[in-house]
Amino acid sequence: MSNRAESFPLHRRDVAKTILDASDETLFVTGLGSTNWDFTAAGDCARIFPLWGAMGGAITMGLGIALAQPQKRVIVATGDGEALMGIGSLATVAVQAPQNLTICVFDNEHYGETGMQETHTASVTDLSLAAQGMGIKDAATITDDAELSAGLDAIINGNGPIFRVIKVRAEPLDFILPSKDGVHLKNRFRANLLGDNAV
Amino acid sequence: MEWGDDIYTAFKDAGIDQVAYVPDAGHKRLINACIADNDIKAVSLTTEEEGIALSAGAWLGGQKCVILMQSSGVGNCINMLSLIETCRFPFVAFVTMRGQWHEFNPWQMPMGTTTKLALETAGCLVDEVEDPADVGAKAAAALHKAFVGQQSTALLLNQRLVPVKTFGK
Repeated sequence: MSNRAESFPLHRRDVAKTILDASDETLFVTGLGSTNWDFTAAGDCARIFPLWGAMGGAITMGLGIALAQPQKRVIVATGDGEALMGIGSLATVAVQAPQNLTICVFDNEHYGETGMQETHTASVTDLSLAAQGMGIKDAATITDDAELSAGLDAIINGNGPIFRVIKVRAEPLDFILPSKDGVHLKNRFRANLLGDNAV
Repeated sequence: MEWGDDIYTAFKDAGIDQVAYVPDAGHKRLINACIADNDIKAVSLTTEEEGIALSAGAWLGGQKCVILMQSSGVGNCINMLSLIETCRFPFVAFVTMRGQWHEFNPWQMPMGTTTKLALETAGCLVDEVEDPADVGAKAAAALHKAFVGQQSTALLLNQRLVPVKTFGK
């Protein structure tokens, strides 16, 4: 295991809470798997749809919501491994260019759920450059508290599509699990957004 | 391929908001109609499985999304279809078939001959249409099954409906 990610200053649970607490309107898709636990710990609620599977699907799921709800900010919060599995979806997002979509990759450079094997970002792959190459112009990397504070407004309100790699410490954390009942998660999200008649 | 117009009419009648597609000769007429329609978001995908997650996201956001693909693309979707089954999202795919009728390319046979089995294994209700006169009605029925009946569905468009591809041979 690479050691550099163990000393990254940002803690993923703090980052999730900062982003979740920055607005009470924002809608979230969280990817398999650590970002699910991060946002559940930050405050499980009906504005969050956590993916317990469908690896590689978080970004296009967020795109589907963003296209359907152009007045609402949609944030996809996912890991580096999950984002890599659906990397082509960055090109799909870039072509659609939804102004209300932000993608935040919590990059700890490891596959957290499977034994902390290194992802490609631990050595040579730069997801921010990849996003720019796919056509997402506003793509950057955040590495510390000062950059997160300065960049928070863009994540919540900026003119999308916005892509941020947030380098977070590779660290063992307790599992804080949301419901894993997919039908329940779907219904609570739709009821909150569209009203009880949508269920 | 005027039957593409019948599917487009079915989309309009069903109030489809988003159409996700991987470029495909059989769907060309329908794809162009959707791109030209300002009330439909036409979303070009890099791989079919993106469309599964996009469709689920559209439903979370209160819209209806359909997916157009070729039989080979079904093979790219299998794990992502677990999202549809586990969460019981409505889902509908329109699949142009290869490997059925005057197929020139043997590389199309493995998925072309197993498309229905693969989709059914992934929890999808599959219908097929071969007569161009039936396409409109079967498209409307698939859309109804998905968005009124809240099922996972696919309509296979038999290779007899699409132009024979010969690569000039």
